[in-house]
Amino acid sequence: MALTRSLRPLAFALALGAAPAMAQTTLLNVSYDPTRELYAEVNPAFAAFWKDKTGEEVEIRMSHGGSGKQARSVIDGLPADVVSLAISVDIDAIAEKTGKIPADWRSRLPDASSPYTSTIVFLVRKGNPKEIADWDDLAREDVAVITPNPKTSGGARWNYLAAWIWAQKEFAGDAAKIEAYVGALYRNVPVLDTGARGSTLTFTQRGIGDVLLAWENEAYLSLDELGEDAFEIVVPSISILAEPPVALVPANAEANGTTRTAQAYLDFLYSETGQKLAARHHYRPAKPELADPEHMRLFPDVERVRVEDVFGSWSEAQATHFSDGGVFDRLYRPGN
Amino acid sequence: MALALPALRRPSVIPGFGLTLGFTILYLSLVVLIPLSGVVWRTADLGWAEFLRLATDERTLAALKVSFGCAFAAAALNVVFGALVAWVLVRYRFPGRPLLDAAVDLPFALPTAVAGIALTALYAPDGWIGGPLAALGLKIAWTPLGIVVALVFVGLPFVVRTVQPVMEEIEREIEEASATLGASRARTVFRVLAPSLSPALLTGFALAFARGVGEYGSVIFIAGNLPYRSEIAPLLIVIRLEEFNYAAATAIAAVMLAISFAMLLAINSLQAWSRRRYGHG
Amino acid sequence: MVDIARTLFFPGLPAAGASRDCTSETPGVRAGLIAASLLFLALFLLAPLAAVFAQALSAGFGAWAAALVEPDALSAIRLTLLVAVIAVPLNCVFGLAAAWAAAKHEFRGKAFLISLIDLPFSVSPVIAGLIYVLLFGAGSAIGPWLSAHGVQVLFAVPGIVLATVFVTVPFVARELIPLMQAQGTTEEEAALSLGASGWRTFLRVTLPNVKWGLLYGVLLCNARAMGEFGAVSVVSGHIRGMTNTMPLHVEILYNEYNFQAAFAVASLLALLALVTLVLKTALEARLGGGAPGRVR
Repeated sequence: MALTRSLRPLAFALALGAAPAMAQTTLLNVSYDPTRELYAEVNPAFAAFWKDKTGEEVEIRMSHGGSGKQARSVIDGLPADVVSLAISVDIDAIAEKTGKIPADWRSRLPDASSPYTSTIVFLVRKGNPKEIADWDDLAREDVAVITPNPKTSGGARWNYLAAWIWAQKEFAGDAAKIEAYVGALYRNVPVLDTGARGSTLTFTQRGIGDVLLAWENEAYLSLDELGEDAFEIVVPSISILAEPPVALVPANAEANGTTRTAQAYLDFLYSETGQKLAARHHYRPAKPELADPEHMRLFPDVERVRVEDVFGSWSEAQATHFSDGGVFDRLYRPGN
Repeated sequence: MALALPALRRPSVIPGFGLTLGFTILYLSLVVLIPLSGVVWRTADLGWAEFLRLATDERTLAALKVSFGCAFAAAALNVVFGALVAWVLVRYRFPGRPLLDAAVDLPFALPTAVAGIALTALYAPDGWIGGPLAALGLKIAWTPLGIVVALVFVGLPFVVRTVQPVMEEIEREIEEASATLGASRARTVFRVLAPSLSPALLTGFALAFARGVGEYGSVIFIAGNLPYRSEIAPLLIVIRLEEFNYAAATAIAAVMLAISFAMLLAINSLQAWSRRRYGHG
Repeated sequence: MVDIARTLFFPGLPAAGASRDCTSETPGVRAGLIAASLLFLALFLLAPLAAVFAQALSAGFGAWAAALVEPDALSAIRLTLLVAVIAVPLNCVFGLAAAWAAAKHEFRGKAFLISLIDLPFSVSPVIAGLIYVLLFGAGSAIGPWLSAHGVQVLFAVPGIVLATVFVTVPFVARELIPLMQAQGTTEEEAALSLGASGWRTFLRVTLPNVKWGLLYGVLLCNARAMGEFGAVSVVSGHIRGMTNTMPLHVEILYNEYNFQAAFAVASLLALLALVTLVLKTALEARLGGGAPGRVR
C-alpha cells in the first residue's frame, strides 16, 4: 500500500505533466462501447453535484470498449472503481476470477443493478430499401446483417438472444428450426466487429450491410449524429429486455480510497438527474417517472422479453450459447 | 572483465567487454527473453494435445492463412515494385528524385495506426482511390485486398532499401560487356543483372514478409475483420484475449513466434550466404 | 571521421548522373519506368499522407487546432512524449553497450546474440503486448503479488513503457553494430596505447566516430516509440486522459465518429514522421549516401 501511495502520484504526475490532478478524487469508470455519450454528460453533472454536496472535487475517467474486453482488463488489473458493462455475466466474471466484486453485487443496487435498460432494434438505410420489418427478414438471402461478435461484445449477445427469443416464439420451441434460423441470420453477417461501436461504424460509415442490429440508444445516436436522412429505425415485433448493469468494485475503490465517492456516483445514476440524462441518451430509465416526458415519448412500444424467462439465467445462456464450442461457435461459419 | 571469459573470446586490448556484454545480456533477458519465455511457458502448460487442438482450430488456421497469404502477396508485389522503384532511384536522374528517395522511408516513420486510417479513408468506396475502383466493381477496403494494400505500404521500404545498395554496386563493365556481346538491354537486365540482385531481392522479400505477417495497427482499420476471410492472426490473438481465452491466444502466439524465429533464421542465413557468394548482403 | 565511415562503408558509390548509353534503357522505357514508380509511390505512399492532412484540415485550421488542445489530446501527447523520453534513452544505452560488445570484440555466440537483438523486429507487436499481459496479468505469478502491493504495471505507464521498449530494442543497436564493426578497433587501440582509459577512449574516440549513426538510430527508435500501436493497445486499458497514447487516441476518436479530430491528431504524428524523414535525409547526406547500417 505504501508503495502505491508513493508510486501512483509520481506516475500520474509524470503522465499528466503540469496538470494539478492530485488535489482531487479520481474515479475510473470502465464501461462498454455505446455509453460514451451518456457518461460524457453524467460525469460533469455528478462532479458538480458532488462539489455542491461535499465541497470535494471529483474527476471521473472513462475507459470504453467491448464489454467482454473491458471485463478482461479489470480482471488483469485495470483499477476500475466502478464498472458499467453491457451484461451481468461480464461483471460476474470479474467477481468470480478476482473476488474484487462480491458475488451478490446485483442485489446491492436497485433494479437488479441496472439504472437504465434498453432493447435491440434494427437500423436500416433510409427508405428501408430491403423492406425489413421483422426478425424473419434478417435470414433472407438478400439481406446483409451487421452485428458484433457475441464472444467479445455484450450488445452482440443481446442481439443474438433477441433473435433466438423471436425464433423460439415463431417456431414454438422447435430447436432445429430455431438453430436453422439463427444460423441463416449469422451467415448473412459479412463483418463481425469486436464491439458494438465498431459495428455501428461499419454500417454507417463504411456503408456495409442492409441492417444493423443495435442497442436502441446506439440506433438513436446514429440518427442524432449522422442525420435522419440517412437511416431509419425499424422496431421488431418482439425484442429483449436488455439490462446493462453497473457495479462498484469495492476492492479497487478501497485501495484508491474512493469507496464513498464511487458509491455516490452509482447512486447518482438512479437520481432524477441521472435518470433524465439516461432518457435523453435514449436509455430507458429504471424510474421513468423521473425522466422528462418528451424523452420518454420517443421510446417505441415493443414487447421486451427477459433473458431469465427464456434461457433460465444469464449464466445458463452464456454457457450454452457463447462458451468455447457452444451453440454460437457451431452456427457461425461464414465463408464455408 | 576481459579475463573472466578467456575461452569464449579472442583476446583484445579493448576494455569493457565483460561490462557491456553483461549489460547487453541482462537487458535483453529482462526486456525480451523473460517476457517471451512466458509464451513458451504457458504453451508448455497447455500440454501437447491441447496445444495442437487450439493451434489447428479451424478459425486459427484460417487466420494464419489470411496473415501469411496476404503477407506473401504483399511481399511479392513489393519485390516487383520495390525493385522498379530502387532501379529508378539508382539509375535515373530526374527532378524530385531526392524527395522520392526520402518518401520511400515514410512507412518506417509513419505510425501504423495513422497509415491504417489514412489508407482506409483512401481506399473506402467513397475515398479518392476507392471511389473510382468501386465504380469498376473492385472493392479494396474491408476485403482481403485491403490487407494486401496495407501490407504493401508497411513492407515497401524493406525491399527498396535492401536492393538499392546492391544495385548501386553493380559494375557497369558487366552491362557493357553484355551489350557488346550483342545482348539486348532486356536480356542484359533479366539474364545478367537480375541473378546478382536475387539474394537482395529475396532478403527484401523475407523482411517485408516477416513484417507483414505480424502487422496489426495498419491492417485492422482496413480489413473487414471477418472471421475465416479477412481476420488476421494478430487480431485473432486480441479477440481471444478479449474472450478471456488466454490459452488460445497463447497458442496462436506460440505458432507465430515459431514461424518468426524460422523467418529470422532464414533471413540471417540468406544474408550470410549472399555475403559469402556476392560479397554484399 | 565521417569520411572513414564512408570509404569503409560505401565503397564504389556511383557518381551522380552516371547513367548513359548502352548501359541504360531507351528514353521511352526510362520515362515509362519512372512514371510507373511515381504512380506506385503516389498511390501507396503519398496519397495516404495527403489524405491525413486533407481530412485533418477538412473543417478548417481552427477545428484542427481545437482538436489538438483538447485536454484528452494534450494528455495523450504528454504520455506519448513521456514514453518516448523513457524508452529511447534506455534503448540508446543498450544499443551503445551491445554495439561495443559485439562490434569491438570477437566471441563465440556473437551471431546468436545479434539474432536475439533482432528478435523484436520479427515478433508481431500484438505478441509484444501479450507477453506483458501474460507476465503481469491476473493469471501470472507476479501480477497478483504486484497488485497486492499496489504496483500497477498493466494498464498504466510502466506497462506502456515496457511494451514500447520491447518493440524498439533493436533500432539503435542494429544501426551501431555494423558501423562500429566497419570502423574496426585501430583508433581505440591507439588511444589506449597512449594511456587513455577505456571510458575516455569510448567518449573521445568511439562516440564521435559513430555519432551520426547513433543519431540516426535514435531517430528511427523515437519514431517507432511514439507511433507504436499494436503492442501498446494490448496493455493500455484505454483510459481517456490517462493511458491513451496518441495513436490510441486516434483510434478512440475514430470510434466516436469524430473523424476530423482523429485525423487532426494523426496529422501531428504524420508531421513527426515528416520531420523524422527530413532529419534522416540530412543525416544520410552527412554519412554519404544510402542508409548507414542495415536496413530496417
